[in-house]
Amino acid sequence: MAKVAELQKFKGTRGQIRRQRVERIGAIIISLVLALWMLVNIIEAPSQFAQVAILGLRNGLLYAFIALGYTLVYGIIELINFAHGDLFMLSAVFSSFFITVWFNQDASNPAGWLTFILCLFAVMVFGAVINVLIERLAYRRLRHAPRLAPLITAVGMSFLLNFIGLKWNGSTPRQWPTVIPNFDIYVAGVRINMVTIMLFLVGIPLLLGLNYIVTKTKNGKAMRATAQDRDAAALMGINVNKTIAFTFAIGGAMAGAAGLFYQQAVGTTNYNLGFQLGLIAFTSAVLGGIGNLWGAVVGAMLIGFIQGLNDGLPIAFGQQWSQSVVFTILIIILVFKPAGLLGKVTTEKV
Amino acid sequence: MTSLLEVKNIEVAYGKIVAVKDVSLTVNEGEIVTLIGSNGAGKSTTLRTISGLLKPKSGEITFKGDRIDGTPGHEIVGLGICHAPEGRRIFQRMSVRENLELGAFLRNDKAGVDSDMDRVLDLFPRLKERIEQRAGTMSGGEQQMLAVSRALMGSPKLLLLDEPSMGLAPVLVEMIFDTISKIRQQGTTILLIEQNAMAALEVADRAYVLESGKVKLSGKAADLRKNDEITKAYLGH
Repeated sequence: MAKVAELQKFKGTRGQIRRQRVERIGAIIISLVLALWMLVNIIEAPSQFAQVAILGLRNGLLYAFIALGYTLVYGIIELINFAHGDLFMLSAVFSSFFITVWFNQDASNPAGWLTFILCLFAVMVFGAVINVLIERLAYRRLRHAPRLAPLITAVGMSFLLNFIGLKWNGSTPRQWPTVIPNFDIYVAGVRINMVTIMLFLVGIPLLLGLNYIVTKTKNGKAMRATAQDRDAAALMGINVNKTIAFTFAIGGAMAGAAGLFYQQAVGTTNYNLGFQLGLIAFTSAVLGGIGNLWGAVVGAMLIGFIQGLNDGLPIAFGQQWSQSVVFTILIIILVFKPAGLLGKVTTEKV
Repeated sequence: MTSLLEVKNIEVAYGKIVAVKDVSLTVNEGEIVTLIGSNGAGKSTTLRTISGLLKPKSGEITFKGDRIDGTPGHEIVGLGICHAPEGRRIFQRMSVRENLELGAFLRNDKAGVDSDMDRVLDLFPRLKERIEQRAGTMSGGEQQMLAVSRALMGSPKLLLLDEPSMGLAPVLVEMIFDTISKIRQQGTTILLIEQNAMAALEVADRAYVLESGKVKLSGKAADLRKNDEITKAYLGH
């Protein structure tokens, strides 16, 4: 009888139980340290805390748009699309040229706002088209090749886009005027830039739209089915190639939007942007659980938030440690929770 | 009777390994036809070729008089061939309802889809109880019911079933075979692969015996049941 009781309480092998315990203790310690650090800072400088927190969340939103592209593509073909960060960089350069050179706008006025909206559509189409082309030309032929082949191809694609960016943007950072309202407002003594508010106003509906596409539409259903079992999806009448192309299109459009947001928020473009932000966005996707859409958003907001606090708070490592903090988070997550915050542990597909 | 599906001398290979050397078979409208044979005889490969997941190196497949070999899998579903594949292959992380809806992915007749949904839930009342449950959390038998139901949701003229009884308890095997007869009575033609040759020969009208990628024997199921060679090799007595 003792055996039966034991079996009923069975929650995993001894190793699994130990792992769960380590995960839990690790999570508690990390949360406590973070909470203490924030508390000290809130007491020390409350309005500064609010300010950098908002700025961090804004950067987090930017990262989220890039991270979504990584996670969507990984979810459907299990490929880490290294070229994705560079697509974001090209989109930022495209937006700069679109607004400043082609449409000749350099100030926040009705014509500038209209150009911004036009540019949002244009850059999303730009990102989608480039991403679909990359998939069609480089990845589709390798669909049945060993995993490493498309991965290396993705690295190659990254270099290709990087050099296009180098040619287009130049080798030094370029300054651009912004066309969305760029003044500060004060809410209860906390300074908030209008650009931040605008980004949330445009960005959140986009995220909700994406969520709608994936969960409610026929194409979204096809995406989820293809991600789970490609052959079975084909047996349902789903055109697998078209569905994968559609996924790349959505991911590319999100990277396009991120490019414009970044360009307007920061006002500078550089050919190696894709490497820096791409890595952070990829980290966000892993943090949230790669393949999980909301995971990518949560992971990105969290990284933006922590990075913001670290860069701007009086008691912190400071800006020169910014990247180290981000990647330390990545390492900690990989050690304690390899599947990510919202990800589930899955076994390799057979 | 008119022939619905005609497979003529197909050869199918995975790279250099030839799985099907020379298979020809006919399925007439309203029939249940079964393919039996040992592991590696080429049964599943034949079915996967009919449903367009594989392309034959040579040979012809016609469905309702039109050539369909080389047509991609997702278009073949639209022609009226639905396939419940080996190993169930249901969408584990989706609900039972979502799986069934995906079975009707290409259909636009909402009323027809709704009535087919009621129909399969009548065939398998167990699925009705679990309609909002995640498919991957169900038992093997329930997952098999879902795989068959999902294929039926495509409103097929021809239903391809690959080992619907694999790994199931005897009670459930009987239940699945009863349902197969019921599906035929409702007007769907069935091409069935089975390891359980006895049960398959009981439910089928005609049978083909495959061995090493070739058709070795064919005939009426009732005759094959009495054939000494068959009983020795596949029925185990």
